[in-house]
Amino acid sequence: MSNQNPISAEAVQQAVDQAIAAVEAAVDLAALKAARGSIMGEQSQIVALNSQLGKLAQEFKAEAGKLVGQARGAITQAYAAKEAQLAVLEERAKLAAEFVDVTAAPATARIGARHPLALLQETISDVFVGMGWEIAEGPEVENEWFNFDALNFDEDHPARAMQDTFFVEPVESHLVLRTHTSPVQVRSMLDREVPIFVLCPGRVFRTDELDATHTPVFHQVEGLAIDKGLTMADLRGTLEHFARSMFGPEAKIRLRPSFFPFTEPSAELDVWHPGAKGGARWVEWGGCGMVNPNVLKAAGIDPEEYSGFAFGMGIERTLMFRNDVKDMHDMVEADVRFSEQFGLVL
Amino acid sequence: MRVPLSWLAEYVDLPGDATPDSVMAELVKVGLEEEGSHKFEVTGPVVVGKVLEFVEEPQANGKTIRWTQVQVAPVGQVAADGGADIRGIVCGASNFEVDDKVVVCLPGSTLPGDFQIAARKTYGHVSDGMMASGRELGLNDDHGGILRLQQLGLDPKVGSDAIELLVLDDQAAEVNVTPDRGYCLSIRGIAREYSHATGAQFRDPVGNAEPQSTSGYEVQIDPTGDIRDRKGCIRFVLREVTGVDATRPTPPWMVSRLKLAGMRSISLIVDITNYVMLELGQPIHAYDFDKIQGGMQVRRAKKGEVLVTLDGQTRKLDPEDLVIADDSGAIGLAGVMGGLSTEVSDTTKNVMIEAANFDPISIARSARRHKLPSEASKRFERGVDHSVAKFAAARVVQLLEVHARGEAQWFGADFRAYEPQPQIWLPQTFAQDHVGVEYTIDEIGAALRAIGCLVAHVDGGFEVVPPTWRPDLTHKTDLVEEIARISGYERIPARLPVAPPGRGLTRAQVQRRKVANALAAAGLVEVLNYPFVTNEQLDWVAVTGLSAAATPLAVKLANPLQGQASNMRVSLLPALIEAAARNNSRGLTNLAIYEIGSVFHPAKPVGKNGKLPVGNERPELKVLDSLNATVPAQPKFLAGVFIGDRLSDQVGTKSAQANYADAIQAAKVAAFAVGANLEVRQASPKGFHPGRTAELFVTTAEGQQVVGFAGELDPALAVENHLPRKVGVFELNLDLLGSVAPQVVQAGEVNTYPAATQDLSLLVQSDVPAAELLSVIRQGAGTLLELVTLSDDYRGQGIAEGFKSLTFALRFRANDRTLTQAEATVARDAAVALANQRFGATLRA
Repeated sequence: MSNQNPISAEAVQQAVDQAIAAVEAAVDLAALKAARGSIMGEQSQIVALNSQLGKLAQEFKAEAGKLVGQARGAITQAYAAKEAQLAVLEERAKLAAEFVDVTAAPATARIGARHPLALLQETISDVFVGMGWEIAEGPEVENEWFNFDALNFDEDHPARAMQDTFFVEPVESHLVLRTHTSPVQVRSMLDREVPIFVLCPGRVFRTDELDATHTPVFHQVEGLAIDKGLTMADLRGTLEHFARSMFGPEAKIRLRPSFFPFTEPSAELDVWHPGAKGGARWVEWGGCGMVNPNVLKAAGIDPEEYSGFAFGMGIERTLMFRNDVKDMHDMVEADVRFSEQFGLVL
Repeated sequence: MRVPLSWLAEYVDLPGDATPDSVMAELVKVGLEEEGSHKFEVTGPVVVGKVLEFVEEPQANGKTIRWTQVQVAPVGQVAADGGADIRGIVCGASNFEVDDKVVVCLPGSTLPGDFQIAARKTYGHVSDGMMASGRELGLNDDHGGILRLQQLGLDPKVGSDAIELLVLDDQAAEVNVTPDRGYCLSIRGIAREYSHATGAQFRDPVGNAEPQSTSGYEVQIDPTGDIRDRKGCIRFVLREVTGVDATRPTPPWMVSRLKLAGMRSISLIVDITNYVMLELGQPIHAYDFDKIQGGMQVRRAKKGEVLVTLDGQTRKLDPEDLVIADDSGAIGLAGVMGGLSTEVSDTTKNVMIEAANFDPISIARSARRHKLPSEASKRFERGVDHSVAKFAAARVVQLLEVHARGEAQWFGADFRAYEPQPQIWLPQTFAQDHVGVEYTIDEIGAALRAIGCLVAHVDGGFEVVPPTWRPDLTHKTDLVEEIARISGYERIPARLPVAPPGRGLTRAQVQRRKVANALAAAGLVEVLNYPFVTNEQLDWVAVTGLSAAATPLAVKLANPLQGQASNMRVSLLPALIEAAARNNSRGLTNLAIYEIGSVFHPAKPVGKNGKLPVGNERPELKVLDSLNATVPAQPKFLAGVFIGDRLSDQVGTKSAQANYADAIQAAKVAAFAVGANLEVRQASPKGFHPGRTAELFVTTAEGQQVVGFAGELDPALAVENHLPRKVGVFELNLDLLGSVAPQVVQAGEVNTYPAATQDLSLLVQSDVPAAELLSVIRQGAGTLLELVTLSDDYRGQGIAEGFKSLTFALRFRANDRTLTQAEATVARDAAVALANQRFGATLRA
C-alpha cells in the first residue's frame, strides 16, 4: 500500500488550471455563463476531485480537503472577477452604442420671452414693494379731471396746452388718453388712507409721431409718498435707493430746479449711470418734487398736516440707456427678435 | 428763449471767455434747461469793399452778369486774405452803383451752410470773391440783390472787417423757460437768473430810459367781461412819438441781436418794438397814430365784430376776446396781434406806442381760439411784469428818437388797475420742513431778496412781498422752491423714508405676472402693440363679453395721429394679427406671440358729459362717482397668435404645424397660472374657424363663466392679412379668469396605496364631444377613479360610419387599501354603464 495521497497537489493544480483557462476563454457574459458547468459545475475537474474526497482514507482527507477547498475558492474568485470584468465591458459597449451628438439635441418645446418693457416695470415695482410701497393702477382712458384739474392744471394753465393730449370724441366727454400716470396718484390719494406710499407704472399717451426717440404710446412709472414730515430729503433718499437698485451701488442722483404744475418745489432728475455704454455719465431720467398743496387739497388731504413727494420717469427711456436700446421702433414693432434677446430677465 | 451773449453781457457780468455752452451750464443750475446754441456761421476774410466800376455782360442763358472791379483794401495795401487791393468779381445782382460800399467775401471765407468762398472761373472771368446779400450772410431774408451798406446808414472804411461791422460774431444761448417763469422770456429775466446762478452783478435794464408821465389821450377801459373774476386789462400805457422817419434802417447790432434771438428784421419801428419786448419782456404795439380815429378803448369784442389782423386775415371775434378799439371799431386783438388798419408803414410819421398788461387767461384763450400763438401772447399767457410797462414805453421812445429821429411827446395815457402785491406769510421753519435743509434766517432772507422780494423777518417767520415780475409766487410753498433753488438743490441731504408695512402685489397683479411668465416659459413671446384699431378691425373677431350682433361700441379719438387708427381697441387680436404678419414678412414664419393689455369697452356710446368740478378741493362723493361713471370699462385681456410650425424639422423629429391645439393649450397654461380649471366646448364665434374653435369657460359655484375663445382664425381673415391659412388664436378676459379662480387651493390627501390602471375604449357617435364623454366617465367611475385621460380617437376600418372609438386611460386608487383589479373593473363598468345611458356608448369589442 502506498502512502501517497490519491488526490495529489498536481492533480488539484491541473483542475484549477483547466478551470481558469475556461474562465479566461469566455469572451462575453453569455459564454462565461455557458461554460460555468465545465468551470465549476458537474462537468468540472474540481467537482470531480471534490466528489472523491469522501472515499479517501482518513489519513489523506484533511490534506486533500484543504487543497480542494482552496482550489474551489480560487476558481470561484476567478469566475466572479471575470464576470465583473465582462459586465463592465459590456456596459461600456452599450454606452458607446448609445452615443449621440448632444450638440444636435432637438428642442422638445418652444422657448418664449417677456417684453423688456413689461419686465422693467416689474423690476422697478419689486424695488418699491421691497420698501413696503404698493403698486397702484388706473384707467388709460381717463376723465380729464383726474388727468389735469386735480393735478393743478386748470383749463387755462399753459402746461395743459403743452401736454399734446389725445382727446376722446366728443371732446365734451371730457375723456382723454391719460398723458401721464399721475391720475393714478390722484385716485390713490382719493381712495387710500394716509400715509400713502404707492408706485404707479403704466401706459400713457402723447400726440408725438413715432421716431427713434419718441412714441405716441409709452410707459411711465411714477411714485407718490404722503405722510407727516416728508421733505425733499426723503425724495432724494428714495431716488438714490432706487437708482442704486437699478444701476448698481455706484449710482447717484442729481436734482435740478424745474417746474411741474403738480409739484412745488420741482426738480429735474439726473442719474449717474456707472454702467453706461461708452463710460459712466449723467443721464436725464425724470422729474420730481414735493406735491403741490393744491393737489393735496383736491384729494381732501390737509397740506398743513401732511406733505408728500412724487417722481416719475419714462420706462422706454430707462430701457434705452440701461440696456442700450438705440431705436424706439424696436420697442413698439412687436418683432419677436427684440423680446427674445431678453428672455425672462433684463 | 434765445439769448445773444453781447446783449446779456450788458445787464450781467459775463466772463470774457463766455460761450453759449458755458452760459447754459450756469443757467441750468437755476432751472433753465439748455436747448442749444446759435451763431451766424460767417467766418474768414469778409470785408467792406467799394465798387470801382462794372461792365454788364449779357449771357447766352439770358442772364446779364456784371463784371465788377471792387476795392477791398485801402489803395496799395494788402487785402485781408493777403491778396491784391482790387478784385474782379462776377456778380449776378444789378442793384448797386459805382462807389457803393458792399460786403465782399474774399477767398477763404465761409458763409452759412458751410458755403466756402474761393476764386473760381465763371462766365469767362476769374471771380475773386463774392459780393453778399443779406440772406447770404444769414442776416435777413433779403435776396433782392447784394447788401449795400449805405442802406444800413453805414459808411465804413474800405477793407475793414464786415463781420465786426454787422456784429456777425455774436452768439446766442437758447434755454427752455418753464411756464411759471414768464419773466425769463426776456434778457432782463435771464440776466437776473444768471446772476442767481453765478453771483455775478446784475444791472436792471429798466434803468435804460427814464419814464415820463403821460396824459391827455382819451382811453376807456371797459371793466366788464371779466373771465374767472379777472380783469381783462390792468395796465395800459400809451405814448406818442411824432415825426419819425420810418424808412431809416435798423442799426446792424439790433438786426444781429433780433436775428440771433430768432426774430426777423422787418422795419425800424417794428424792430424796435420787438427789441424792447425781448429786452424787458413787455410786448409792445406801435400804431400809426394818424390812422386812429378818435380815442381808444380796451373792451370785449362785440357780437359779430370782425377784425382784419396784421397777417391780412379777417377774424370773426368772440365776445370773450379782448380788443383794442377806436371810433371805427376793433383795431387790434389785445395781446395777440394788431390790426391791419392802423399798421405802421414806411409813410408813418406819428406813432402811438402801447405797453399794456392783459389777463393771462384771456390772452391764452384768444390765442388758442384764433390759432395765433405770438411772441406777445406767449409772454402775456405766462404773466408780464405790470410795473415794467412805462419803462418799456420809455425805452421804445428813446430808441425811436435815436434811430428814427422822432420826437417824444408827453401825449398819451397811463391806466392802472392792478392790485397791490400780495404779502405772503412764511413760517420760519416752513422751508426746512419741506426741503430738509436747516436754512438760517439770513439765508432765507438773502435768497428771497435776491429774486426781488421784500422780506421782513418778524417773530416766528417772514413777511414776504414778491416782486411784480413774479406773479407765480402766490403761496408759501412757492417761496420754498425759490429758497431751495437759490441756495442750491445740491444741499438737500438724502434720507430714506419708512413706508408703513405693505401688502405686496395685489392678487390681480400677481396673477398677471404669473400668466405672463408661464406663457413665456410655455414658448410664447410677449409683444406690446399700440391700442389703436380701425373701424374695420372692430368687426374682425367676436369679443368675450360683447354682443356679437353688432359692431362693438368703441372709444373714438377726436385727434388721432396721421396714419394711426382712431378707435381704442376692443380686442387685442387685430393688432396681434398685424404683428404676426409683420414678423412673418420679416422671415419669422414660426411664431407664437401673446399680449396682455387693456381693452376698452364703453357700456354706452361715448357722449357729452357734465362740466368738470373747479377749484382745488376734494369733490363730493357723488361728484366723484359721476366722474368715475364717465370712464369706460377697461378690462385686462390676454390674447395670442400662432403661425407656422410648433417645432421645426430637427434631428430625429419631424416638424409639426401649430394649430387650434396650441391656442387651447396656451389658454390652459394661463388658467393653470392663476389656479383656474379651464374647460372647453365647441363654438363658432365671428372671425374664428367655425369647426376648429372652442369656447373657454370655468365652472364656479355660481355656474359656468365663459372667459374667452381659442381655436383657429377664420382662414379668409388670415389670408387677407398676409398670413398662412392656419393661424392659432386665443383671447380671454384675464381679469375675469383671475376673479373666478379659487381664492385658496383646497388640498386633497396624497395616499400611497398602489394604483390599478385600466384602458377603456368606447364606441360613440362621432358628434359626441370627447370632453363630455370624459366627464361622464369620471362621474360614473366614482371616487376610486384618480385620473382619466383621452388617449386615442379612432375612426375608419372596423368602426361603423358615423361612429368613433375613443380610448381612455384610467387610473384607480383607494385611499385606505390596496385596490384589486376586480374592484377597478367594477368601477370601470359603472363608468361604461353611465356612458351608455347618456350617449349610447358601448364597449368596443
